[in-house]
Amino acid sequence: MSVQTLVKSKVSQEETLRISGSEAVVRCLIAEGVDVLYGYPGGAIMPVYDALYKFQDQIHHVLTRHEQGAAHAAQGFARISGRVGVAIATSGPGATNLVTGIADAQIDSTPLVCITGQVGVHLLGSDAFQETDIVGISTPVTKWNHQVTCAEEIPEVLAKAFYIARSGRPGPVLIDITKNAQFEMLDFKYKPCTGIRSYTPEPKIKQEDLSAAAELLNGAKKPFLIWGQGIILSQAEKELKAFIEHTGIPAAWTILGASAIDTDHPLNVGMVGMHGNYAPNMLTNECDVLLAVGMRFDDRVTGNLETYAKQAKIIHIEIDPAEVDKNVKTDVAVLGDAKKALMALRELCAPNNHADWLNRFAELHGIEEEKIIHKDLYPTKPGLTMGEVIRSINEYTQGQAAVVTDVGQHQMIACRYAEFKRTKSNITSGGLGTMGFALPAAIGAKMAAPDRTVVAVIGDGGYQMNIQELGTIFQTKAAVKIVLLNNNFLGMVRQWQQLFFDKRYASTELINPEFGLIANAYHIPSKKVTQREDLNEAVAEMLTHQGPYFLEVVVEPEANVFPMIPSGASVSEIRLS
Amino acid sequence: MKEEKNLYTVSIYTEDNVGLLNRISAIFQRRHINIESLSSSVSEIEGVSRFTLLVHITEDQMRKILGQIEKQVEVIKAYYHTDEQTIYQESCLFKVKSDLLFEERQIQNIIKDSNARIVTVNRDFFVLEKSGRRHEVDLLYRELKPFGIMQFVRSGRIAVTKEKMNITDLLAQFAQA
Repeated sequence: MSVQTLVKSKVSQEETLRISGSEAVVRCLIAEGVDVLYGYPGGAIMPVYDALYKFQDQIHHVLTRHEQGAAHAAQGFARISGRVGVAIATSGPGATNLVTGIADAQIDSTPLVCITGQVGVHLLGSDAFQETDIVGISTPVTKWNHQVTCAEEIPEVLAKAFYIARSGRPGPVLIDITKNAQFEMLDFKYKPCTGIRSYTPEPKIKQEDLSAAAELLNGAKKPFLIWGQGIILSQAEKELKAFIEHTGIPAAWTILGASAIDTDHPLNVGMVGMHGNYAPNMLTNECDVLLAVGMRFDDRVTGNLETYAKQAKIIHIEIDPAEVDKNVKTDVAVLGDAKKALMALRELCAPNNHADWLNRFAELHGIEEEKIIHKDLYPTKPGLTMGEVIRSINEYTQGQAAVVTDVGQHQMIACRYAEFKRTKSNITSGGLGTMGFALPAAIGAKMAAPDRTVVAVIGDGGYQMNIQELGTIFQTKAAVKIVLLNNNFLGMVRQWQQLFFDKRYASTELINPEFGLIANAYHIPSKKVTQREDLNEAVAEMLTHQGPYFLEVVVEPEANVFPMIPSGASVSEIRLS
Repeated sequence: MKEEKNLYTVSIYTEDNVGLLNRISAIFQRRHINIESLSSSVSEIEGVSRFTLLVHITEDQMRKILGQIEKQVEVIKAYYHTDEQTIYQESCLFKVKSDLLFEERQIQNIIKDSNARIVTVNRDFFVLEKSGRRHEVDLLYRELKPFGIMQFVRSGRIAVTKEKMNITDLLAQFAQA
């Protein structure tokens, strides 16, 4: 049965064109509103590149220096804009190099369409040159994938790909197109997909679930809300703000939920999780009703599940039914879109303010402020801290910048201390923890939001995992501000070695190159800061500079990130030192 | 808190797609769950395939896995049932030396008592087919074993449920929407 009979699509007014499969691919992308895509050419995808050449006035192809960079750039593009990111690569190694980015997008619910070339249909299964079973390889890390073996399939399959990638809980889709399908001719007519019979992107919210949730919330003395990226994905920022202001419920965020509500909002009580804030972690085990919205109770958020919020009634607002009761058993599950759910729930909830309960957060926050935050942000001892660099960036960007982070200590520090006044401003690899994410993701983010300041905060380990993307910055002039927090260590692993492996620093010390020279080789201006008194001026110079800029800050080599919930411990066993 | 493991028959209605088996089996493999048996066929609805799997897991695992299965774009609907909720069968084939049919009188009785069917007989061997519950198949196997079985094969479980499957309604809803 053809795909067409199983899906619904809009009828297009356009006339049918007789074109090649490869041209059809590009016309599909244009029809889906794609104006920039990231990729790397090679044998099996050359016909599509030839078509891209023809349409270069309508669609801008960014040549990254590695396919992994293309996937992450497409992710950065998607995360800052809410649009579908597109990456393209050839067969074999080109396709497998995308896989890390695809897996990252899958676990962080990022809408991505990846197009890979494949050997001709007659060569499939023959171990031909650069043949790899990318559909098989990518199956567990894609929301959907499909191999196209004839040109006629292209418009329907690509329409379906975009629809699946962006609808419901977003995710990555991979379409593998055999070379013959790119060369063959077809009668082209594009119809965007509007529904697939086997796929329910968004469950319909049940009124009785909302009523049950409202009843719990209205009776709560110590209600607590944790939001995740679901708020950003469903564009529910305003609704969440209105909801918490109406109900007076203190609200904390998971790392991917950061920036959905202003950092300085009085009801924003900080980040939950392993290196989150003290108060929201401690009080998770004290609240009486826990309302989770668009988050999935990741183990980095919950710590030991056996002791997680056992005293509380749990309400879970979630679009993906598979996430409900997966890690934490709920008392009330509200299946559906977060925005609609919060709007409806607000109507059912009595206005309230939980001043005493909110004071508990302030009280515990005071302890964290004194023991950790102040020392991180305003250190007096010699040796720069990561925290003071973020503080300096905050001072100049006033919460308007998008902060792209990699993975490790710098990521935790940046997410803890970056101040946000705009949503979709925190772009990081959360679920997969992909080192090498930030540099290419920042390129994609800057291109999707050219009017915004995009600061990539990266550690010296992750920076070198995709450092080749400096070439992409040089070639495209993408004005990314790179801040390298260099402690000459794989800092987070070193921290664990110090705390849990008797300081046995196995393979975590890095002998690093002169990073500024590498940036300069790509004609990116640079500065290296080793003294506190030079920091603010250097940050200001970086941010006022017109193009891309590289700022290296040499920080304390053996500083640790606290608070910390040791792996397997309870959230209320969070350590301050 | 250790939950008891049960046998569950999982019925999955899907679009007819090449990669789907891989997608579904990966869900089990990732969680280290052995699929005891699997069969794939058309269903009562034209163009809709049906997978029938048998797994031995806890109900909590089963619920979570069902969620993961239903999350797949091309899965229309999935169900799980206990043995009591289904009517199920397996089928098997025995290849046995023809001489035995004539020399061992007991074999004829075994065949008769077991309600097995002789599919083919030739000079060298005959083939027996038996459908039924696992214990019936196992019994026949044990009875024939002493005489020598040249080949044996058993199919995966197939099952229909006592309760109604509302796939047709689901598809009708999509068509109307």
